[in-house]
Amino acid sequence: MPVYKPTAIPASEITPRQLFNDRRRFMQIAAGASLAALLPPSVWAADNKLAGVKNPAYTVPEELTPYKDVTSYNNFYEFGTGKDDPAKNAGSLKTRPWTVTVEGEVKKPQVFDLDTLMKMAAIEERVYRLRCVEAWSMVVPWLGFSLAELIKQVEPTGKAKFVEFISLNDPSQMPGQQTSVLAWPYREGLRIDEAMHPLTLLTFGLYGELLPNQNGAPIRVVVPWKYGFKSAKSIVRIRFTEQQPVTSWMLAGPGEYGFYSNVNPTVDHARWSQAKERRIGEFLRRKTLMFNGYEQEVAALYTGMDLTANF
Amino acid sequence: MALKNLSNQTLAWLKRGVFLLALVPLGNLAVAGFTDGLGANPIEKITRSTGYWTLTLLLITLSITPLRKLSGWQWPVRLRRMLGLFAFFYACLHFSMYLVVDQFFDWEGIVKDIVKRPYITVGFPAFLLMLPMAITSSDGMIRRLGGKRWRQLHRLAYLCAIGGVVHYWWLVKKDLTNPITFALLLSVLFGLRLFYVAKDAIKRRRNADTGTAAR
Ligand code: HEM
Repeated sequence: MPVYKPTAIPASEITPRQLFNDRRRFMQIAAGASLAALLPPSVWAADNKLAGVKNPAYTVPEELTPYKDVTSYNNFYEFGTGKDDPAKNAGSLKTRPWTVTVEGEVKKPQVFDLDTLMKMAAIEERVYRLRCVEAWSMVVPWLGFSLAELIKQVEPTGKAKFVEFISLNDPSQMPGQQTSVLAWPYREGLRIDEAMHPLTLLTFGLYGELLPNQNGAPIRVVVPWKYGFKSAKSIVRIRFTEQQPVTSWMLAGPGEYGFYSNVNPTVDHARWSQAKERRIGEFLRRKTLMFNGYEQEVAALYTGMDLTANF
Repeated sequence: MALKNLSNQTLAWLKRGVFLLALVPLGNLAVAGFTDGLGANPIEKITRSTGYWTLTLLLITLSITPLRKLSGWQWPVRLRRMLGLFAFFYACLHFSMYLVVDQFFDWEGIVKDIVKRPYITVGFPAFLLMLPMAITSSDGMIRRLGGKRWRQLHRLAYLCAIGGVVHYWWLVKKDLTNPITFALLLSVLFGLRLFYVAKDAIKRRRNADTGTAAR
C-alpha cells in the first residue's frame, strides 16, 4: 500500500507567528468593524458610555443642539482653523494614558491619572448654553463635576489668585500645532473665585459618552458664562498662580480678547457685534443674554467692576 | 501660434465652458443644501463661499489684461465681461445673504455694522463700487461712454478688489493664510500692470525722441 509522504514544507513558506497573529487580529478587527457598521452607534459605542446624574439646577430648559452639530462644528485650532477640521483631524489624539499635573500655589501638588480624577466626585449631566465669541451658540449636555471638587483636594495657598489651564502640546498628535496660528501650548485662565464657582465644570463627556476628541478629550473645563475659547480643552496642566496668566488669545489679539471675556451683549468685540447670536439650527439671530443667561449665578463675582474696561 | 487667435466657433464653446464653470460654486452650494452638506451653520457657509468666489472671480477678471500682455493672446479679453459679471453675481448673493438671512433687514443693525465693523465698512463700498461697472457693461453703454472713459471707470475693479482683500483680512479671527494669498496675487497683478504702464510710457517717450531726431 502506497504510503502518502507529505513533502516537507520549506521553512521559508511558513508564515511567521507574528505575521500569522497579526493577520488573525486583522481579520477579527475587520469582522468586528463590519459587524459594528451594521449596528446603531449606541451599541458599538458601548465602551464610550459615561453615565451622569441629571442636575436639574443646571439644566437650561432649551432645545439641545443635535449631537452631530456639537461634534462636527468646532473651534479647536490644534486640529486646524476650519470649523470642520477638528472632527476630521482629531483622530490622531491619544487620550489614554493621560495625566493632569496640578501645581503652583497649592499645598498638595499632584499628578492625577485621568481615571482617578474621574472618580473624584459623582459625574453629573448639566445642560449649558455655549456662546462662541464669533456670535453663534449651542446647547450641550455635558458630563462632569464642579472644578471646585478638584481645587479643594489640592488646597490652594493664600497666594493662589488665579488658575491657569494648559492644554496638550504635541504637534505629532495635534497637526494644527505645526503652524503658529496661536502660541502653543494653548493657555487659558480664570480668577480663583471664577474657577471655584459651582458652574465651572470639569468635563469628561457629553451626550452620555466620553468627550469625542474634537470636543476637547479627554478632559476640559466648561465655563458657560464666558465665550467658548475660555473653556480650555485637552488639559494636561493646571497651575495656581498669584499673577494673572497671559492666555493664548490675549497674546493673539490684546485689544480683542481680554482675560475675562464674559459673554456681554453690551460690549462689542473690536470687529463685530455681540448683541445677537445665531443658535445653531435656527434661522434668525436671537438676542444674546448677559453672562449668557447666567447673570443670577455669576453677576456677584463682578460687582463694582467696569466690564467694558475688563472685557 | 494656434492659441493666439481662436476661431469664433472655438471662442463660443469656450464661453459656454467658462459660463458653466463659473456656476460650479453655486451648484456645489445647491447640492450641499439638498444633501445636508452645509454643516451646522449653513448661513455662515453660504456667506463665506459666495464672498470667497466674489473675490476669486474678481482677481481672475483682473488677470485678463496682464495675461494678454504676457502671452499676446487676444481672446481672453472676450471672456472678461462675463467673468466680471459673475463676480458681481456672487457679490449680490453674498450681500443678500447678509441682508436677508443674516440680519433679516435689521436696518439699524446694518447701519451700525457699516459704521462700526471695519470689515463691513470696507466691504460695503467695495460692493457699491461694483454697481457702476455692472451697469456700464453692455455694448451700448461702452459706446455711449466711449472707450477711454469706460476704461477709466472700470479701473474701479482694482479698488474693489483691494476693498475685498482688506475686508477678508479684517474679518478672519486669526488664520490669515487666505487673505495673505489674495493680497499677494493682487499685488502681482497690480505690479504687472504698473510694469506695462511704465514700459509703454518709456516706449512712447522713445518714439517721441526719435520723432524729434528725424525732424
Ligand atoms: C455690503 C457688502 C458686504 C458685506 C455686508 C459682507 C459681509 C460678509 C460677512 C458677514 C462675511 C462672513 C464673515 C464670517 O463668517 O465671519 C463675509 C465674508 C467674506 N466676504 Fe464679504 N461682505 C460684503 C462685500 C464683499 C465684497 C465686495 C467682497 C469681495 C470683493 C467680499 C468678500 C468676502 C470674502 C472673501 C469673505 C470670506 C470668505 C471666507 O471666509 O472664505 N465681501 N462678508
